[in-house]
Amino acid sequence: MARGSVAVTTERCKGCGFCVEFCPTKVLALSSAFNAKGYHAPYMEDPDKCSGCNLCGMYCPDFAIYGYRFPKETGEPAEGKQQ
Amino acid sequence: MSTTVDFPIHNPVEDILRMDRIPTIWCPGCGIGTSVNSFAYALLSTGIELKKVAIVSGIGCSGRVSGYTKMDSFHVTHGRAIPFATGLKLANPELTVVVYSGDGDLTSIGGNHLIHAARRNMDLLVVCVNNMIYAMTGGQAAATTPGAAISTTTPYGSFEPELNIAHLVDAAGASFVARWTVFHVKMLEKTMKEALSKKGFRFIEVLSPCPTLYGRRNNLADGLAAMKDYKERSKIRNGAPTHETALVQGGEIVVGKFVDRERPDYLTLMRQQLGANYHPLPPQPDENPEAGVAKEDCCSC
Ligand code: SF4
Ligand code: SF4
Ligand code: SF4
Repeated sequence: MARGSVAVTTERCKGCGFCVEFCPTKVLALSSAFNAKGYHAPYMEDPDKCSGCNLCGMYCPDFAIYGYRFPKETGEPAEGKQQ
Repeated sequence: MSTTVDFPIHNPVEDILRMDRIPTIWCPGCGIGTSVNSFAYALLSTGIELKKVAIVSGIGCSGRVSGYTKMDSFHVTHGRAIPFATGLKLANPELTVVVYSGDGDLTSIGGNHLIHAARRNMDLLVVCVNNMIYAMTGGQAAATTPGAAISTTTPYGSFEPELNIAHLVDAAGASFVARWTVFHVKMLEKTMKEALSKKGFRFIEVLSPCPTLYGRRNNLADGLAAMKDYKERSKIRNGAPTHETALVQGGEIVVGKFVDRERPDYLTLMRQQLGANYHPLPPQPDENPEAGVAKEDCCSC
């Protein structure tokens, strides 16, 4: 069960792969899609394993990914409007 | 690819960045931005008021950090970040002054200032992003370029042994000396936090990949490969004697906190020795908004 998730700002990503490599639970993979500058941004290949530790965010040199934890009570993302 | 959630998602690093300047100019796989994350978390966790923090950078890729951070930031001439920061600190001792610059700028062009700021134990935190080359100016060999490394000015490999900056600043009298690589994000954050809460000359060297101008010519053309290389070659040795921490191409990278000593800093000694003759500067105009500009100070127009 996922305890967290990531928010990716695709257009800031430069496809360096640091987040993919250093995620402790190997949640991420680089997408085959391109962003406007031609880079491959990451996506959650295995979202259930994400703990929301934000190590990916710490490694990202372009401030393009941020890992966050779900609030304790729900443990699951509730339906909502905010991205 | 984010999930839809009903609570705001906010990356705290954005609180200290000028988001209108992002994306950065840094190349894909460059490690400078990673060090900025560690710095941001360290700074936010100390609770220091951001209005009381000033960041000074010299020229170079790492010198762009001052422009990307949302504090009083100064981008000064090549090699002169430390003298500028020294003036800033002496004129306004309340400020937390951070110098964030590269190895070419701090140790080669501005090497003399580095030595003397350490000797004076000037109350500054110096973060030196070491990519082992003059990156922005075109990949020329710097004092930190390891012997035998290829650069635009050393096409047959450098004939000079590299400078061990940690050893240099330790010998000159710095009160805090540490080294990490950008692979060590969490340790770097912890060390930066510790250094921010200390007085005196604090020096943190951060090894960072430069795939474009160093790596490409030295079999590390990819930032990620350089990061994995750091992971493999690094050895944590806190308290290691700095003369044993030289960085040799392909050799062990000794990382950790090497020096943490208590030594009175320049301002403390100055105040002590001047005694009653010491006069702090009067409050600056913006600290007292009602005062404004006094009539007699105004020009005759
Ligand atoms: S938040 Fe942690 S677990 Fe989730 S993707 Fe990022 S590094 Fe992996
Ligand atoms: S670390 Fe950042 S820039 Fe690099 S691939 Fe991941 S999201 Fe993109
Ligand atoms: S030239 Fe090197 S140091 Fe400069 S931004 Fe590119 S990778 Fe980073």
